[in-house]
Amino acid sequence: MFETLVSVIRRDVTVALRRRTDIFITLVFFVIVVSLFPLGIGPELETLRLIAPGVVWVGALLASMLALEQLFLADHRDGSLEQMLLAPQPLSLLVIGKVIAHWLITGLPLVVIAPLLGLQYALSGEALAVMIWSLLLGTPTLSLLGAIAAALTLGLRSGGVLVALLVLPLYIPVLIFGAGAVEATTSGLGGDAHLYMLGAILLLSILATPLATAAALRVSTE
Amino acid sequence: MQHRLLNWFRYSSPATFYPLAGRIAQVSWLVAIVLIGVGLYMSFFVAPTDYKQGDGYRIIFVHVPASWMSMFLYLVMAGWSAIGLVFNTRLSHMMSQALAPTGAMFAFVSLWTGAFWGKPMWGTWWVWDARITSELILLFLYLGYMALLGAIDDRRRADRAGAILLLVGVINIPIIYFSVKWWNTLHQGATVKMSGETSMDETMLWTMLIMSVGFWAYSIATAMMRVRSIMLEREHDTQWVRNLIGAKA
Repeated sequence: MFETLVSVIRRDVTVALRRRTDIFITLVFFVIVVSLFPLGIGPELETLRLIAPGVVWVGALLASMLALEQLFLADHRDGSLEQMLLAPQPLSLLVIGKVIAHWLITGLPLVVIAPLLGLQYALSGEALAVMIWSLLLGTPTLSLLGAIAAALTLGLRSGGVLVALLVLPLYIPVLIFGAGAVEATTSGLGGDAHLYMLGAILLLSILATPLATAAALRVSTE
Repeated sequence: MQHRLLNWFRYSSPATFYPLAGRIAQVSWLVAIVLIGVGLYMSFFVAPTDYKQGDGYRIIFVHVPASWMSMFLYLVMAGWSAIGLVFNTRLSHMMSQALAPTGAMFAFVSLWTGAFWGKPMWGTWWVWDARITSELILLFLYLGYMALLGAIDDRRRADRAGAILLLVGVINIPIIYFSVKWWNTLHQGATVKMSGETSMDETMLWTMLIMSVGFWAYSIATAMMRVRSIMLEREHDTQWVRNLIGAKA
């Protein structure tokens, strides 16, 4: 069972590493979105420090949403998705593997680059650390929840916009607690409670979303 | 017992449900008009003025039932979807689809009347409070469901995809309902409680309950009318629809 999981992850990561532009598009999009805000709002560091958690989190949210369409599309086109549906291994396990790979490709780079963007917003070292933790706990949840929407809209004409409409309402709690953790740290309250909440949401998502995604894939491909 | 069970399943077929839905819609419209009429009269002229909030509080007679209905209808839709997924019935999915616009309307009314109430009471149209935000998410969930159904051409796939989405979104309902308990933000706690003393004047309570039942009847009436149209639209090439149209033409 564990071998299957590892092989799915290895396969998806290898495929993605051979087409590196896809990874960079997400990352560059994130950097550009976050850099746009100071241009629109003005360079006062006090204001920027206030809005930094929200801006970084909204940027990460939009970037990971953009990448969702890629999650099942290539496999759907070349038919390997149907082979996965027929495989003797449980589909939800394969889904977890694909989501983990997807997060490694699109989520992890966001987490790595985020402190750099935080520095642009004059965040303190402590707040930066909490931001990394919150993104580390939050972005996998985004990928897990997004997988449901990606599976539901697989192969539809207006897929991209529809994914946004379906998935953004589900992202809101993650956004609130993720940005809230950084905010609580900068205001001196400590972000632990928010981080615990993000961890709890992540655990629940790991349990529940692969089943929903698997069901959605079966509906979309029949 | 066996006989009664059979009777229930009889109405899971669109052909037999169509006339029944028509009758239910007629009765529900009547109940809705009478009760909402009485309820509005009571809320404007009978219910006493609140000693702290003045006459502005009267909007709760629309606001609270609308919020209840917006949450409840989502649960009903999720219930129908679960039945549809498990038993593979056509009509259950049609019911979910028929309820969605009414539910979205109630979510919108709840937010809109809340804004009207918030302006004189809190001094602001909108607060990013836990309950208000989650009600807004509920509206988005309704819109997402309707958009998903609209985007998929294959009816069977649309039904089942929509059902999965509804069941995923159902997590939001307890969050809205308990948000005023969990997060102590601006929106006040519930005044009407299932257990224990309700901290409310009796006339006010009755008015609110009458309005709620009226909204129930209204939801049933609109859903039944809509499900009749959906049935005709989806089953347009079946014999019973042809017979129906032939009989009228």
